[in-house]
Amino acid sequence: MGFDKKELSGITFLLLLGVFAPFLFPSYRIQISELWLFMVYASTWNIQGGKMGYNTFGNIMFFGLGMYICASTQIAYSFPLAEWTAAGGVKTFVHTVEQYFTALPIGMILAGLIPAAIAGALGSLILGLRGHYFAICTLGIGIAAGEFATSMKIWGGGQGMTVPVWPKVDGQEIDVLGGSVNFFYTLTFILFFCTYFFLRWLFSTRFGLILTAIRDNEDKAEAMGIPTMRYKVTGWVVSAFFMGIAGAIYGNINGYIEPTEVAFAGATVGVYMVLMAILGGKGTLWGPIIGAIIFQVFKEFFWTYFLGWQRVALGFLIVIIVVFFPEGIMGWLRRIKPELFGEVVDRKARLAQVTIKTND
Amino acid sequence: MILLQAPFLNLQALLDGIMVGAIFALAAYGMALVWGVMNIINVAQGEFVILGGYITFAVFKAGIHPVLGMPVSFFVLFILGYLIYRLIIFRVVDKDMFISILATFGISIMIQQIMNMIFGSQVETALSGFGTVFLFNGNITIALIKLFSFVVCIIGALSIIYFMKVSKMGRAIRATAQNARAARILGVDTEKVYAYTYALNAAICGLAGSLVAMTYTLHPYIGLPYTVRSFMIVIVAGIGNIPGVLASGLGLGAVEEFSSYLIGTEFRIGIVFLLLVVILVYRSKRLAKKREYLK
Repeated sequence: MGFDKKELSGITFLLLLGVFAPFLFPSYRIQISELWLFMVYASTWNIQGGKMGYNTFGNIMFFGLGMYICASTQIAYSFPLAEWTAAGGVKTFVHTVEQYFTALPIGMILAGLIPAAIAGALGSLILGLRGHYFAICTLGIGIAAGEFATSMKIWGGGQGMTVPVWPKVDGQEIDVLGGSVNFFYTLTFILFFCTYFFLRWLFSTRFGLILTAIRDNEDKAEAMGIPTMRYKVTGWVVSAFFMGIAGAIYGNINGYIEPTEVAFAGATVGVYMVLMAILGGKGTLWGPIIGAIIFQVFKEFFWTYFLGWQRVALGFLIVIIVVFFPEGIMGWLRRIKPELFGEVVDRKARLAQVTIKTND
Repeated sequence: MILLQAPFLNLQALLDGIMVGAIFALAAYGMALVWGVMNIINVAQGEFVILGGYITFAVFKAGIHPVLGMPVSFFVLFILGYLIYRLIIFRVVDKDMFISILATFGISIMIQQIMNMIFGSQVETALSGFGTVFLFNGNITIALIKLFSFVVCIIGALSIIYFMKVSKMGRAIRATAQNARAARILGVDTEKVYAYTYALNAAICGLAGSLVAMTYTLHPYIGLPYTVRSFMIVIVAGIGNIPGVLASGLGLGAVEEFSSYLIGTEFRIGIVFLLLVVILVYRSKRLAKKREYLK
């Protein structure tokens, strides 16, 4: 599995960005860690939406679940969870350094595994749906998850819950990888690269080919003897695992979990990831990454001008992107420069091509 | 079982459910229309309903009886639907269905925030001032406005069916739904038909919304449950099955009322979405039984 020049330069660019950006823009560290997470969301959405042709709005559920599971593990490791949420914003419990750093990895691992298991169980039920039925069904699941989290007393209901604060020794925040912001920045950075290399490997195997086959013609793939259901469920489990961990990290960055706006934010983050993947070009490995960078930069620089109008702007953006750029940046590049994608092009034949315009 | 011990509660839930179900059926009929004719699932359906409700509410605030807000909502939404078609929807009609789902989703969140800015985020109702009828020593209460809205729904649905059967545009719409290409060859202006269908759908939603404003409550962000309900009703009934839409709409209303009596009203929205998943899964399992290859 060799790397070609374009891909190597892309990875080098991301690595340099990851290492130097926090020093260049120290006040934007949280936004840059969000950027890494957004790349994870868009890339994992791409397994379903791009590779497999199953457009899901429900991946946000695994994100929210991961967030809640990690936070409750972190708390329940040392203190009774019910008392913690009952205390609300008043922090009466303080984790020691040792408690904090043993509970966090356990929480993150659980936040990956439990959503993955749920995706496995749920996937075998609903991945039998096709096309828009699947899309609407997952939209419903995402919203339902938020509604049920709102009525979970142990998670603080609609008020939400706080996440353990970064531990202090003698009133000083302890210095592990340079404090809490840098620590979680590093985690998001590592998570993104794990996701990237895992997906890169996954798409290069037979598994990736089968996903593409499912997208192109599922019935034919089945007729060729591929147990498509098993592959679809496995794909969803992979997405859920990474989304869960991303949620765990985001919960800690945000410091506060609320059911419908932070954790199960189907109408914002749940749609952002779809938009990023479409904007960059779905079905490609790099499309979602490029899309995420452009989207996040746009969002951070222009969002403040739309204060109070964010959702109108977002709706407008959705319409513009899906109506005018449904093929995305990668798709557009592929159309104008097929050589870049390793396609052999006969210039003469290409120029001689006549497009027949039909009006139907 | 609480259901058997309390016959009056049962009857009450059933009546309430049927009366709210008629509104769902009206909105679902609009969705079936757009889905059948244009092959688009209109995710902004619920927002049209709520917007129609807010227009009636604005009429009510202006000091006019909210019943007169019904035609206002109908016509304003008709014009809005026409404009949205001419600006956005005509670009996604013949595209992949996912694109139209996302595009209408974009429209829906735009409408949500605009309503939030104009009307505020508090819960509103347009009071009709109609009384309440008590039956069986006050064990059963029927708000007259709910009865009124039920009757309006039935009359509205019947007149739309009549319009589709008799008028020229109605026949053009049905022809386009059957085969758009053939209709075009025979001289039907399908672009116009599409625009008219989408506008008519928005107007139907506006009417439903104005009934929602009078009988229930309005809030800028409760549109999506109405979309999901319409979607459920349409997939249970099937596109183009009008009595089926009415029956499953009333059924959905009854199921919702019963479950919110039994489990609790705070779970009502959650139940709607869960029911969607159950219905879809059941449908796919039943379809899978019919597919016998690979078994």
